[in-house]
Amino acid sequence: MPKDHGIGASSKRREDVRFLTGKGQYTDDINRPGQTYCYFLRSSVAHGKINGIDTSAAAAAPGVVAVFTAKDLEGVGGVPCGWQVTDKDGNPMKEPKHPILAEGKVRHVGDPIAAVVADSLAAARDAAEQIELDIEELPAVIDMRAAVKGGTAVHSEAPDNICYDWEFVAENKAAVDEAIRGAHHVTTLELVNQRLVANPMEPRCAIGEYDAGRDEHTLWTTSQNPHVIRLLMGAFVLSIPEHKLRVVAPDVGGGFGSKIYHYAEEAFVTWAAKKVGRPIKWTADRSEAFLSDAQGRDHVTKVELAMDKDGHFLALRCSTLANMGAYLSTFAPCIPTWLHGTLLAGNYRTPLVFTNVKAVFTNTVPVDAYRGAGRPEATFQLERTIDKAAREMGIDPAELRRRNFIQPDQFPYQTPVAVVYDTGNYGATLDKALELADVKGFAARKAASKAKGKLRGLGIANYIEACGIAPSSLVGALGARAGLYEAATVRVNPTGNISVFTGSHSHGQGHETTFAQVVAEMLGCSESQVDIVHGDTSRIPFGMGTYGSRSLAVGGSAIVKSVEKIITKAKKIAAHLLEASESDITFANGQFTVSGTDRSIDWGTVALTAYVPHKYPISEIEPGLEETSFYDPANFTYPAGTYVCEVEVDPDTGVVEIQSFVAADDFGNVVNPMIVEGQVHGGLAQGIGQAMLEGCTYDESGQLLSASYMDYAMPRAADLPNFVVDHSCATPCTHNPLGVKGCGEAGAIGSPPALVNAVVDALAGHGVTHIDMPLSPGRVWEAIRAARH
Amino acid sequence: MNMSGERLIAAPRADVWAALNDPEVLKACIPGCDSLEKTSDTSFSAVATQKVGPVKATFKGEVNLSDIAEGEGYTITGEGKGGAAGFAKGGAKVRLSDAEPPEGKAGPATLLSYEAEAKVGGKLAQLGSRLIDGFAKKMADDFFNRFQTAIEGPAEPEEAGEASADAPAAEKKKSWLKRLVG
Repeated sequence: MPKDHGIGASSKRREDVRFLTGKGQYTDDINRPGQTYCYFLRSSVAHGKINGIDTSAAAAAPGVVAVFTAKDLEGVGGVPCGWQVTDKDGNPMKEPKHPILAEGKVRHVGDPIAAVVADSLAAARDAAEQIELDIEELPAVIDMRAAVKGGTAVHSEAPDNICYDWEFVAENKAAVDEAIRGAHHVTTLELVNQRLVANPMEPRCAIGEYDAGRDEHTLWTTSQNPHVIRLLMGAFVLSIPEHKLRVVAPDVGGGFGSKIYHYAEEAFVTWAAKKVGRPIKWTADRSEAFLSDAQGRDHVTKVELAMDKDGHFLALRCSTLANMGAYLSTFAPCIPTWLHGTLLAGNYRTPLVFTNVKAVFTNTVPVDAYRGAGRPEATFQLERTIDKAAREMGIDPAELRRRNFIQPDQFPYQTPVAVVYDTGNYGATLDKALELADVKGFAARKAASKAKGKLRGLGIANYIEACGIAPSSLVGALGARAGLYEAATVRVNPTGNISVFTGSHSHGQGHETTFAQVVAEMLGCSESQVDIVHGDTSRIPFGMGTYGSRSLAVGGSAIVKSVEKIITKAKKIAAHLLEASESDITFANGQFTVSGTDRSIDWGTVALTAYVPHKYPISEIEPGLEETSFYDPANFTYPAGTYVCEVEVDPDTGVVEIQSFVAADDFGNVVNPMIVEGQVHGGLAQGIGQAMLEGCTYDESGQLLSASYMDYAMPRAADLPNFVVDHSCATPCTHNPLGVKGCGEAGAIGSPPALVNAVVDALAGHGVTHIDMPLSPGRVWEAIRAARH
Repeated sequence: MNMSGERLIAAPRADVWAALNDPEVLKACIPGCDSLEKTSDTSFSAVATQKVGPVKATFKGEVNLSDIAEGEGYTITGEGKGGAAGFAKGGAKVRLSDAEPPEGKAGPATLLSYEAEAKVGGKLAQLGSRLIDGFAKKMADDFFNRFQTAIEGPAEPEEAGEASADAPAAEKKKSWLKRLVG
């Protein structure tokens, strides 16, 4: 019988009660006394020189409190970048200033130029219309391939628009070239991983407030990591010491990476609230989100895979242009490098890997991590290329993969791209996925489709990702300007209930439920006795937040460490109360028992004694029952799996219909199977969105053409099949206490290649070898037509 | 967005050229034009209200004439700023040549040919880009319909375009140009 409680139970998401009944408290739900509203005047050209800004009429407009431009922000720093990548010559990346408001130049449509603070949003908007801008439009740098040839520069610091030119693994370059020259067969594929917009349901919002009496600043913001914002904004932008700055990220309606970063608007409202002496609220509308939220992906790549006559992989060589956009977002530089290059071994024994990544500035919205971040790009390259190789070599795609898998007895496995996989069983998820997808029956289904004029295709993709980000010493060596541990305080209250203060941040992941299950399991109490507190720097310990599927693996481990300390101390108290030796106390099901006797006391008695220490070993331990832990992982975790997709294509219209989608994931141990399945569903929806529908499009002058849901196609329920999700092939993580790996991003990583492989399989008879995403009917139809001629 | 086209106008080249340089004619012919004022021999300031898909805005801007060849043609360019709606800019190369009169008409005739381009930015591009091509073509058609009517006078009442429908009945037979310039 499945568990109804604790680890392994599909406990219902407790946070959904407030979300589904309109009781959520999002940033925009918060209103402060005397609050003003901010509207940012944004550039409508992609690249231009600011010759003049006249704000006098706007400043005199009704309801306006103040109007600010860059010249008012003297002494305020730029938006900092949190990761420094070193290029192939050992030089640091080009890191041009990212001003809060445009200084002298605008560099993308949506770049904020001026900010109007007024009594109402309407007054602020109306006044912004009266700002006179004199902007001389400059040629826009949009296409990356043209950008790196020089000419127009987005930043004078980077005349060829290259932020860095990175090689990895540089020492392998010659050997990879050699292996490719001498190989039996080399499969080559050029592909585009198109730009995406994250589109969380809740647009970004920020409220700044200054308490002059206490000289304290508060920022409420839509963030996945309030302490990171406090550190970046306080230390690098506004010079506010941390003890005078509180950052609160209350309920947050989705992030997908786009709410990791420190944004100019957050710094502005915090700074300006002190200037105007009133709280300031800014809420993005949807158009603004399209123009100012960091976007994702946007790689142009060439892949070459060398094989021997039996299809064994000998070497992989990749070269990528990765779009940074107009400025470096917080973690942008590490996405196409350390979260991408290190995954190019995939699930395979490829002995030699070399990749070159050029990061490129363009006059577009900055690009940073989006669900998967670097790993979807690596997986797509690898799994599309392997599929093409299988066809060229005449080997079954599943068999070619199987032939090259790292074997279960090879773990821990040192890849040629720095990372060490701790555990895994890739053959197991492949077998499971093929079984669940009824691959044996595919031929009959294909024939049935053909009989009605449709082309049926089957696509397989494996994936592996590095999650549980990350060992601080390792990422520090790779250029991270922060540690990536997590913190947790577990406070047992006097009557025995428990408050957990976690540095992880929940914005859809269900932490309030999952973390409570972990604590309840360890303490033998009911989940309802455990409360999870997150998102407020004045309440939680210094934590790094949620991204990279790290919350349970890193944040959960910190909670486990604290609970273990609690149990150790509670045993001491119990031993004193039971007049027994501490080593004789066992703790199970909420009872402290003297081993081999029937003498026991319950959890509540121990908790109360800790706070009412009348009979207490005061000379040995302190009163109270509260512990804090910081957990810094020893390694990444490596979730992996196999996805199988079956499609039917109408060759006359190019319409693709997904017939079935199977996901067999190895997430290690699972705390809440229902939440894990939900996370996989969400990831699959976004991955299928990328494969089929989504695409962020700029015209040649840098105008964003896909800036609303009229033109940016988000997946809807009708676009998605029923998913078959399995996580039974578990190989628990070997280096964290829960044996968990992380499940948040997998769906978005593994699904695009599975789907594209399926469509290319369906069209293989027509000679189609590749189609770039999204596989819209028009593109599919064009591909069929082009292949025929 | 690029467009090209031509119109056969039943009027002497000098008249067509005069109309092309007359702010009153241009104002009457530009759809949605609220004002057009001459600021120099070769420039005008203009205000026009336009609606593209979901975006409606009043554009203020400059219109400039260049490559002027008396009686032969010119290049007309303009850029309008629509505040929060973004901007629109465009231009047209207009060329005039003598032509055979259209069928059923006598007298001198002029062939007006044009190559135009239009571009939008900001909110207009973000929300209306899919509609711009159709919008620009309609703008061009409306402009030249009105321009032709302004010179030739309206066709027979049943063929009269909407542009002249609100003109007083007595003036209907009289061309706009004549009405405007006396």
